[in-house]
Amino acid sequence: MNIFFQQVLNGLTLGSVYALVALGLTLVYGILHIPNFAHGALYMVGAYMAFYLVGSLGANYWVAMAGAALVVALLAVLSDRFIFHRLRNAPPLHDMIAAIGLLLFLEAGIQAIWGAEFHRLAPPYPQIVRLFDLVAPAQRLIIIAAAFGLMFVLHLFLTRTLTGSTIIAMAQNREGASLVGIDATKVSVITFAISGALAAVAATLFAPINLIYPSMGHLVIMKAFVIIILGGMGSIPGAIVGGLVIGFAESFGAFYVSTNYKDIIAFALLVLILSFRPQGLFPSGARA
Amino acid sequence: MMSKTWQKPLLAVLLVLAIVFPMLAANDYYIYVMSLAYIMAIAAVGLNLILGYTGQLNLAHAGFMAIGAYTVGILTVDYGVPYWVAFVVAGALSAIIGFFAGLLSLRLKGHFFSIFTLCVGFMIYLIIEKWDALTHGTVGIIDIPAPTGVGPIRFDNTWAQYYLVLFFLVVSLWLMSRIVNSLLGRAFIAIRNGEDLAETLGINLMRTKVLAFVLSTFYAGMAGALYAGFVRFIGPAMALESHTFDMIAFILVGGIGTLFGPLLGAILLTWLTQSLQFLQDFRMIVFGPLLILLVMFFPQGLIGYWRERQARRAAASVQDRRLQRSVVGPQQEVGTNA
Repeated sequence: MNIFFQQVLNGLTLGSVYALVALGLTLVYGILHIPNFAHGALYMVGAYMAFYLVGSLGANYWVAMAGAALVVALLAVLSDRFIFHRLRNAPPLHDMIAAIGLLLFLEAGIQAIWGAEFHRLAPPYPQIVRLFDLVAPAQRLIIIAAAFGLMFVLHLFLTRTLTGSTIIAMAQNREGASLVGIDATKVSVITFAISGALAAVAATLFAPINLIYPSMGHLVIMKAFVIIILGGMGSIPGAIVGGLVIGFAESFGAFYVSTNYKDIIAFALLVLILSFRPQGLFPSGARA
Repeated sequence: MMSKTWQKPLLAVLLVLAIVFPMLAANDYYIYVMSLAYIMAIAAVGLNLILGYTGQLNLAHAGFMAIGAYTVGILTVDYGVPYWVAFVVAGALSAIIGFFAGLLSLRLKGHFFSIFTLCVGFMIYLIIEKWDALTHGTVGIIDIPAPTGVGPIRFDNTWAQYYLVLFFLVVSLWLMSRIVNSLLGRAFIAIRNGEDLAETLGINLMRTKVLAFVLSTFYAGMAGALYAGFVRFIGPAMALESHTFDMIAFILVGGIGTLFGPLLGAILLTWLTQSLQFLQDFRMIVFGPLLILLVMFFPQGLIGYWRERQARRAAASVQDRRLQRSVVGPQQEVGTNA
């Protein structure tokens, strides 16, 4: 029972981190209609920012998280303004290559500053929580609570506020949104800022129980892509459900199948599902 | 066509330059670097077929190159198979795996295809890294034997290996020019220009795309097999996507969808990184922004740019001639037509 509970907890932790990253990715896809390969690099930069703020400036964990979110949001907005926005009329191939260029640049830049070695963010809450005979590290509970809290806030923002509705309108129909007077520039700035902030928060949440290194974004971003393909590109519930599916598949797969191959599980699942359903599990169409 | 008349002499000059290069090179290291550039160019020429001519961004290309290299490494080191047998198996195996990967991934279009192939490439990397018993895992395979001699020719020094690689480069380019100038090549380009239109023209989309994919993975496998015999050490990192990105950079710099673009880019960028030795690990600080600037301001690449200029000049001269004729008068024109 306890072991099973551990796997559920692991699955929820992984799943909520993946879901946050996938949410940012899917939001940007809704606006740009290109896969932002640089999103994983934003996640990585977020982790380094938090590491720097806590480690070198001695900031509080939550202040560092806010700082990292701010920096990465700014970075995401700049990447849109200086690169993606200028390429909006170019063939999609160009956007993808530009995104890859940005990814490579950020990775090499971080590596030049902090080196290729692994870093650790000291866990701010090293306690263990006990409930009946179940044991859980506090950090994992914080990840789950914070991630779901953030998703709930995002959901409220997208459905209950005017600005949020403009993002959804833009994702549903670009021309239609422009016709009713929605400012495309404003929407894309807000979307990129949210997506960058989500990546940074996910990275900062996950950092205390994980390692920080320049290519840490690779696996996460690829899994996030798997998630949004499975969940339907541009679909927000799809990203959350998909994140949890992959998180659980990995934690149970690592335990019951093999720890060595746990990273392949997500991709194997993708290959398997796409072989039978090329349109994904939840074909996009219904958004938000 | 004006360009056709001096295309052949130009090619001959380039070939002679390539042949005399080792004699002009200051030391063996330069020959080594040039051979590596040629091997990367063979892989990039293959990637250009699916990316430049057929318009599909395959991000697993380095993975297929690694499959070719590992086939040679495993067969020669662990099973004592002669190099050239392993070489043929490497090309065949990459193409076979490429066939199944293509069958699966080409059901997806546009960016879904790119994301899927990114995942395929990463799976290849993970399998190579984790399957210790077969691939030696993270340690990699060392002491891969150099290609065995063919008849009186032996390939145990840098010079001989340079000519061996050059031979395969010339064969790959010749084969690629035959492919892209054939009816099949037209079908690839038609798919790049518009899948719906190509289908309306009676092109079987799936079959043609899978064929392009298989051919490109075959090139990758051959380049990998040459790499294994030349560098004689391989590790799982060669399957990483950053390796594919290197090849995309070669293609973009030289000219996407042109025969010699990947070669030109591979040579230019390899020497650029060599001359910026201190940049080895950080070459992406330069390459990353370079890729972005290229797609923003110079998407056609060097050869593409040069071709555009030629086309503009040709158009201008035609216009000039027309203008002159209309000045001379209509009778003259009727006369020349008759």
